[in-house]
Amino acid sequence: MAWFWGKSKRSADADNHGLVTRRGVVLLGVQAVIVGALGWRMRQLQVVETERFRTLAEENRINMRLIAPARAQLFDRNGDPLAINTRNYRVVMVREQAGDAEEMLDRLNRLIDIPEHQRRRVLKEIKGKSAFVPIGVAEHLSWEDFAEINANAPALPGIHPEVGLSRHYPNGPETAHVVGYVGRVTQRDLDRITSAGREPEPILQIPEFQIGKTGAERALEYDLRGHAGNRRIEVNSVGRVIRELDRTEGAGGEDLHLTLDLEIQKYCHERLGDESAAVVLMDVRNGDLLAMASNPTYDPNPFVLGISSAAYKALLDDDHRPLHNKWASGMYPPGSTFKMVVALAALEDGVIGPSETVYCPGHLQLGKRKFHCWRRGGHGWVDLRESIEQSCDVYYYEVARRVGIEKIAEMSRRLGLGVDLDIPVAALRSGLIPTKDWKRRRHETDWLVGDTLNSGIGQGYVLATPIQLAVMTARLASGRMVEPRLIRARAGTPVLVETPPELGVNPRHLERLRRAMFDVVNSARGTARSSRIKEDDFRMAGKTGTSQVRNISKAERARGVIRNEDLPWHRRDHALFVGYAPADSPRYAVSVVVEHGGGGSKAAAPIARDILMKVREHYGGTRQTPLEQGQGQPGSPASRT
Amino acid sequence: MSSLSARPAVGLTLTKKILRLNWALILLLAAISCAGFLMLYSVAGGSMEPWAGRQIVRFGVGIVIMLIVALIDIKIWRWFSPLAYLGAMALLVAVEFVGTTGMGAQRWLNLGPIQLQPSELMKIGVVMALARYYAVLERDRVSHPLWMLPPLAMIILPMLLVLKQPDLGTALLIGMSGAVVMFLAGVSWWYWGTLIVVGVSSVWTVLESRGTSWQILNNYQYTRIDTFLDPERDPLGAGYHITQSKIALGAGGISGRGYMQGTQSRLDFLPEKHTDFIFTSLSEEFGFVGSLSLLALYGLILMFCFVSMAINRDRFSALLIGGLAATFFFFWAVNMAMVMGLIPVVGVPLPLVSYGGSAMLVLLLSFGLIQSAHVHRPKVL
Repeated sequence: MAWFWGKSKRSADADNHGLVTRRGVVLLGVQAVIVGALGWRMRQLQVVETERFRTLAEENRINMRLIAPARAQLFDRNGDPLAINTRNYRVVMVREQAGDAEEMLDRLNRLIDIPEHQRRRVLKEIKGKSAFVPIGVAEHLSWEDFAEINANAPALPGIHPEVGLSRHYPNGPETAHVVGYVGRVTQRDLDRITSAGREPEPILQIPEFQIGKTGAERALEYDLRGHAGNRRIEVNSVGRVIRELDRTEGAGGEDLHLTLDLEIQKYCHERLGDESAAVVLMDVRNGDLLAMASNPTYDPNPFVLGISSAAYKALLDDDHRPLHNKWASGMYPPGSTFKMVVALAALEDGVIGPSETVYCPGHLQLGKRKFHCWRRGGHGWVDLRESIEQSCDVYYYEVARRVGIEKIAEMSRRLGLGVDLDIPVAALRSGLIPTKDWKRRRHETDWLVGDTLNSGIGQGYVLATPIQLAVMTARLASGRMVEPRLIRARAGTPVLVETPPELGVNPRHLERLRRAMFDVVNSARGTARSSRIKEDDFRMAGKTGTSQVRNISKAERARGVIRNEDLPWHRRDHALFVGYAPADSPRYAVSVVVEHGGGGSKAAAPIARDILMKVREHYGGTRQTPLEQGQGQPGSPASRT
Repeated sequence: MSSLSARPAVGLTLTKKILRLNWALILLLAAISCAGFLMLYSVAGGSMEPWAGRQIVRFGVGIVIMLIVALIDIKIWRWFSPLAYLGAMALLVAVEFVGTTGMGAQRWLNLGPIQLQPSELMKIGVVMALARYYAVLERDRVSHPLWMLPPLAMIILPMLLVLKQPDLGTALLIGMSGAVVMFLAGVSWWYWGTLIVVGVSSVWTVLESRGTSWQILNNYQYTRIDTFLDPERDPLGAGYHITQSKIALGAGGISGRGYMQGTQSRLDFLPEKHTDFIFTSLSEEFGFVGSLSLLALYGLILMFCFVSMAINRDRFSALLIGGLAATFFFFWAVNMAMVMGLIPVVGVPLPLVSYGGSAMLVLLLSFGLIQSAHVHRPKVL
């Protein structure tokens, strides 16, 4: 070890000094190369590529957040609110300020009720998110609870009372099927948007955004929604908002006034009572839908707040189907209410004259099949007027056979059956008017004469929705192509309606039909005589209908057809009635369908009468709906008879 | 014992010693440290707490220690060199036991009020011991294979201990510091040439064997090498730091975003912004001008040390200065190359700028030794 502890040899130092310096120069050279590389790299990053990196830094730093706009509100024609935004008093918690989340929830629980499942959800959410993210603890608090939390704020660090907006339907059940409701955006909503060929809009990503789920809320989604606001915020690496850089407020959509008259709408539901039924009331001059009731109904408000699964199941299990919009999606065989269509098709085609008679022995023989009239003994010789008045089936078997299904289908479409109506209603269905082509496509069998006969009395394949029946009635009553409409005014400006074009049929034929429909209600032998309106200024014209939902076998017919009252509810006939008033100057058209109600004259016609009487009373018998001022040229059919 | 050209500097008064100090070097060190204080203040969001204040105190203490060390005769340090090395070794061994059981953090040793990283001390220790070894070794034995075994052992032993901690960065720095002293002492070019050839070819062989029948490493080991060499393959994991660091540097541009205006640092996109990545914060806020200036300051220190080494006729002193300056150089070169994405991420702080007491004290201690060698250099006649 002596070499290690020994002294350095100074003579050697002198000899070696040059070597150390030379090696030092080499080392310095290597180091200079490295320094050069570092400098070159600095230049590369900070001078050459600086633009790119600066963009990346901005992308890191700046986030765009959308601000939900206030959804536009809906009113009825008189300005009564149908869908409004109310204050939603809610409480959020920020974990990093709260410290002990459980303790804060306990304290909060002393002020307001926090159910156990809600508490568990909050604690779970808190674990999953960053400490600075506010977590919703309770929504839709009462003002008293909210005030109490505010008063106790010092004892509740990290608990923040907030005021948001929430959708509210003041008339809940009565307008549920027209207005619909909104809810959180779900995957199903996104799928629906995608399948409609749209891109899901960025606004849908706002956590508290609510989208129209059904009814006008869904059909008018893009009108009501408005435009999202925008704020640019600076965030740090974990997403905490440092500050807001700038902000543009969103704009809500335009408030809409619907054509609905809330008072009549309410009356319709009241009148329908427990029946499973649908009513549509329309202004025949301009197509205004004054009332559309689907009974029974449901309260949409719990859906906005999040309905409990038990309550939802109860709605689903009800055999009267309260969630089903019967006037828009309910498709029923129109039965005898279809007879005007067949008659008009035949009159226009000339295969039968207005006064020509057909003999009804109670049935019509076609090959081996017998087609029965509802009256077993038959009506004897009947002309057009009597066939409508007494609803003779055999007359229509004969007429339908003569004119053929294609002409009937053509007339149906002209009157609004089997076509899509252009109104903002979700789940609106187009019904079904069969043709030979349709049957070949759908059933891959040929059209039979028997099919035509069945169609002639509105049975068989023929299906129509209550709103289509109302449109049909309005067109028959006015002689014009009345289109239904639901929106009366946008942002306070009335939507103009042009006078609908003529229907394009012989007015004398229409006149004959109207007189027959008058007799249905008002003549001694009319099927709806018991439901006539006695006031001279508001006489009703109409047509009853009873549509079978089952086949009557030969054996049953032989024994005697079982009376409706003796059948289980779901096998009874549907009762229908279409009508308008005043008969001499048509103003209001109505259609009523009572599911499994039995006969149209007994179950449906009285409802129609009562609703029209309510209209008369409501509008003071003036024959004028209010709020016509400034509303363009309403369609005014020439007064006839 | 005395030579014609050089005489040992004996009998210097304290005043003369102070005058002989390399004041330019001290000024450069202070300037770099001030840049550090400035950045520590900035990354703390404009606050002396928690870093800048303490760093200033440590710098003050460090400067005093440096001056004391500088004024002690280099002969005493030369005598002390082997002890310093053995002491550092003892601490390294101690940290293996006490460090693991006592503190949880393996690299640290708790010595009362201060916490010490023995591996930091070893960087000085290995340079001192090797300088001493080659100072006494006869010239013709420098490249003799047998006489190369002791210095190799002196380098490899502490490297293994540090690797076990594990701290790859410091282990490599210790290795390179030792190698530099051997290089300066004149170990034959043949060895260096062989070292380079063997090193390059073995790396090439290992990489080249991948996917062949004679593959040397397991597949997962290759994957690890891949991520180590190119962390940007994993942008949210290992690559995140380096990606954010490059963004900060690049966004700085020529003139920087302004003091305390660096969004990458202030919004926490930068990792370890007060320690290993502090250069990135500086570059973001002061731009190309700032980072180039810091590079120049470091470069000037290198130049001053080289001059000091070149004029020093004492072999131990020259080797000591050269070795310690090279260690210092490796520190900042590796750190800068790392944050600029030139080399893989290894945990090496930026000397004098990064927050850290142990590193600061050890660095100033080594500059104290350089100063001592400079002050007590033999007179050239």
